[in-house]
Amino acid sequence: MLTDINTHTFSVIVDNKSGVLARVVGMFSARGYNIESLTVAEVDEDRNLSRVTVMVTGTTMVIEQIKAQLERIVPVRKVVDLTNEGAFVNRELLLVKVKAKGERRVESLRVADIFRARVIDSSSQSFVFELTGSADKLDAFIKLMQPLGLVEVSRTGAVAILRGEKALLAK
Amino acid sequence: MKLSGSEIIIKTLADLNVEVIFGYPGGAVLPIYDAIFKQNRIRHVLVRHEQAAVHMAEGYARSTGKVGVILVTSGPGATNAVTGLTDALMDSIPLLCLTGQVPTHLIGTDAFQEADTIGITASCTKHNYLVKDINDLESTIAEGFYVARSGRPGPVVIDLPKDVQNAVSNYKEIKVKSMISYKPAKKAKISNVKQAVDILLKSKKPIIYSGGGVINSGVKASNILTKLVNYLNIPITQTLMGLGAVSAKNKKFLGMLGMHGTYEANMAMHDCDVMLCVGARFDDRITGNLKYFSPNSKKIHIDIDPSSINKNVKVDIPLIGDCYYVLDMLFKELKQNKSKLNSKSIDKWWNKINKWKKKDCLSFKDSKETIKPQKALKVLNDALKGKDAFITTEVGQHQMWAAQYLDFYKPNRWMTSGGLGTMGYGFPAAIGVQIAHPKKPVICVAGEASFLMNMQELSSLRQLNIPVKIFILNNEYMGMVRQWQEFFHGGRYAESYTDSLPDFISLANSFGIKGIRVTDPKELNKSIKEMLDHKGPVLMDVCVAKMENVFPMIPAGAAHNEMKLSDKDDKETQTAEGLALL
Repeated sequence: MLTDINTHTFSVIVDNKSGVLARVVGMFSARGYNIESLTVAEVDEDRNLSRVTVMVTGTTMVIEQIKAQLERIVPVRKVVDLTNEGAFVNRELLLVKVKAKGERRVESLRVADIFRARVIDSSSQSFVFELTGSADKLDAFIKLMQPLGLVEVSRTGAVAILRGEKALLAK
Repeated sequence: MKLSGSEIIIKTLADLNVEVIFGYPGGAVLPIYDAIFKQNRIRHVLVRHEQAAVHMAEGYARSTGKVGVILVTSGPGATNAVTGLTDALMDSIPLLCLTGQVPTHLIGTDAFQEADTIGITASCTKHNYLVKDINDLESTIAEGFYVARSGRPGPVVIDLPKDVQNAVSNYKEIKVKSMISYKPAKKAKISNVKQAVDILLKSKKPIIYSGGGVINSGVKASNILTKLVNYLNIPITQTLMGLGAVSAKNKKFLGMLGMHGTYEANMAMHDCDVMLCVGARFDDRITGNLKYFSPNSKKIHIDIDPSSINKNVKVDIPLIGDCYYVLDMLFKELKQNKSKLNSKSIDKWWNKINKWKKKDCLSFKDSKETIKPQKALKVLNDALKGKDAFITTEVGQHQMWAAQYLDFYKPNRWMTSGGLGTMGYGFPAAIGVQIAHPKKPVICVAGEASFLMNMQELSSLRQLNIPVKIFILNNEYMGMVRQWQEFFHGGRYAESYTDSLPDFISLANSFGIKGIRVTDPKELNKSIKEMLDHKGPVLMDVCVAKMENVFPMIPAGAAHNEMKLSDKDDKETQTAEGLALL
C-alpha cells in the first residue's frame, strides 16, 4: 500500500568532492526524512567516485521522493534503490567492548563464538569483539552482550551491493 | 597571455555573453572590482544592499530568459544575498552569484568578514562551488553558468577566495565539458505521451493548469501551449508564476487559480475529469486542502524536475522533460490521433464554466470617497493597454490584486515572488527589468510595508536614472497579515499597522525622484497618466481603502469549491485544521 512504511536501502554514487556528503545529508534533514544509517567512502580513485549507502524509512511516495531528490543533487551520478532493484546483500561492522571478570567473561567468549565474532583486543578485564553481519544479527549480539558487561558499542552502518553479475556503473 | 584570477573571472563572464553584473564591493572582492574598472565589456550596476542585487538579477533574468549575475563580498555580502538566492531557488530563476571569500590560508580561522558561504548557501542554491585553484576558474564559472540555466533553472554560487583572484595564470578558452553527473531531461517517454493523449481525448471535462515552467522553457513553449489550447478548445488556468504564457485575451483562459484564484478556475479544477498540469508543481497555494483537491480527475503532469512528480499530489501520467519539447510531442500525437474530443461534452463543460463565470467573482464595491485598490489596478491596466509593459510586485494583498486585475498578453512580462513570498522583491526586481528593457514601461506594484524593506534602492534608481515607476497601494497596513488576523485571529491586529510611515513624496524628492500622491478617486486617471508620461522614475503613493480584503479566497484547510467570495459570504474560516496551516 502507498501508506505502508518500509525501510529501503539506497546506493548513491557521487563525485568525490568536498561538500558532497554535506549536500546529501543536508537534503535529508531539510526535507524531514529519517536516516536509519549512512555510510560513505571513496570506491573508485580513477573516476573519483564515492559510494554512499543510506537506509531510510518512509511510505512508497516518500521513498520515491527521496530517490528523486537525491538524483537532483548536481554531483550525484547514480541512485539505485536496492530494495526495489532486486536481491542484495548488506553487511555492517560492529565493535563491542565488554568489561567482565570470572564467569561472565567466559560467557561473553562463548556467545562471541556462537556469533563467529573475533576477539581483536583483550586485557585482564575486557574484550573488544569484532563482528560483521546484517543489522539484525548485530542487534542480537549486542542484546546478549548487555548483561555480560557491555560498556561500549561502535558500528559502521550498513554497506550493500546487488547480488548477481549486474554492476551499478559500467566500468 | 598571463591574466590575474580577477581578470580571468571577468573575461570568462564576458565570453559567456554576460552584459551586466549587479553588485556591491567589499574587501574580499576588491581585485575583481579592479578588473571591472579596467574593462568595458561588462556593465556593473551598483546596489545599496546585496539582497537587492539578487532581486535585480532575478528581474533581469525573468524578463529576458538570460542568467542574472551578481557579485558580492565575503561574510555579510554573502549572507545578505541568501534571501534572494532562496527566492530564486523557489521560483526557478537562473542566477550566478559570485561571492568573495577570505584567502584560502585563512579559511576556517574566523577571519574578518569570513562566513561559511558554501555551507550557508548549500540549501538555498541549485549548486555551489569553492574555487581554490586559479586554473579551475574558467571551467567552474562556465559549468556554474550551465547548471544555473539548464534543466530546472536555479541559483548557483561560486565562492572566490581573494588569493585566487590575485594569482596569475594563462586564460583558457571556455568549454563546458559534458557533465557526467548532471543530465537534465529534455523529451518525455513517447509511450507516456501516447497514454496522456488517449486520456485527454477521452475526457469530457478537461482543464489545463500551467505554471512558471512554461515561462522558463521560453517563448516557444508559450506559443505551443496557446496552439494546444486553441486546437482542443479547452479551458486553461495559470498559476501566479505562469501568468502571460497564454494571453489574458484568450477566451479559454479562466484567470489565475489557487487561494486567490477566480471562482471559475477553481471550480473547474475541482470538477474536471482530466487535468493537464504543465510546468507547475501542485504547491499548497494552488491545491488548498489536498484531501479534497480535484477528487475525480486523472492527472497528467509535465515537469522537467522528476522530484516534482508525486511530491504533493499523486499523478497518473508523468511526462518528465522540458515543457516546450513535451508539449510539442503531445501536440503532434494529438493531431495524429484519429479520435477527437467529444465536442458535445466539451460544449456542456463550457456551459457549466460560463455559469461559474457569471458569478463575476472579481467584482467589488467601488467608492466615490476612497480609492479602492482594485480600482486603482483596473485604471492602471487600462492605461497600460498596448504599451507592452513589464510589471513586478512586492508581496501581499497588492500582489494578489495585481495578479487578478492586470492583464498579461506575453510571457516574461510579470515578475513576482511566488514561492518564497519575499517582501522587498518587487522594487529592485523592477530596476533589473528596466536595465534589460530600457525603452519599455516598467511598473512595480507595491504595498507600503513591502516597499520599506528595500527602499534604500531609491538611491540606486536615482544613480541609474531609469524610468521605473513605483506604484504603492498604501493602506497603512501589512494588508495580507491584517486580512488573516481579521479572518483567523478574531480581528486582533497585532503589529500589522505600519505606524510612522514616511511622507513618500518627500522621501522620493529627497533622492531627486518625482513623487505623486493621489487620494481622490476622481484624480486616479489623471495621476496614473502623469506617472506613465513622466520620462524619469516616479514614486506614486496611492492612498487606498484601508480595510479591503482580497477575494475570492480559499480559506486554509478548505477545498477549491469552498471559496469565500466577499466579506458578506458567511464561510467558516476559523477551522482548527485551517489555523494550523499557513
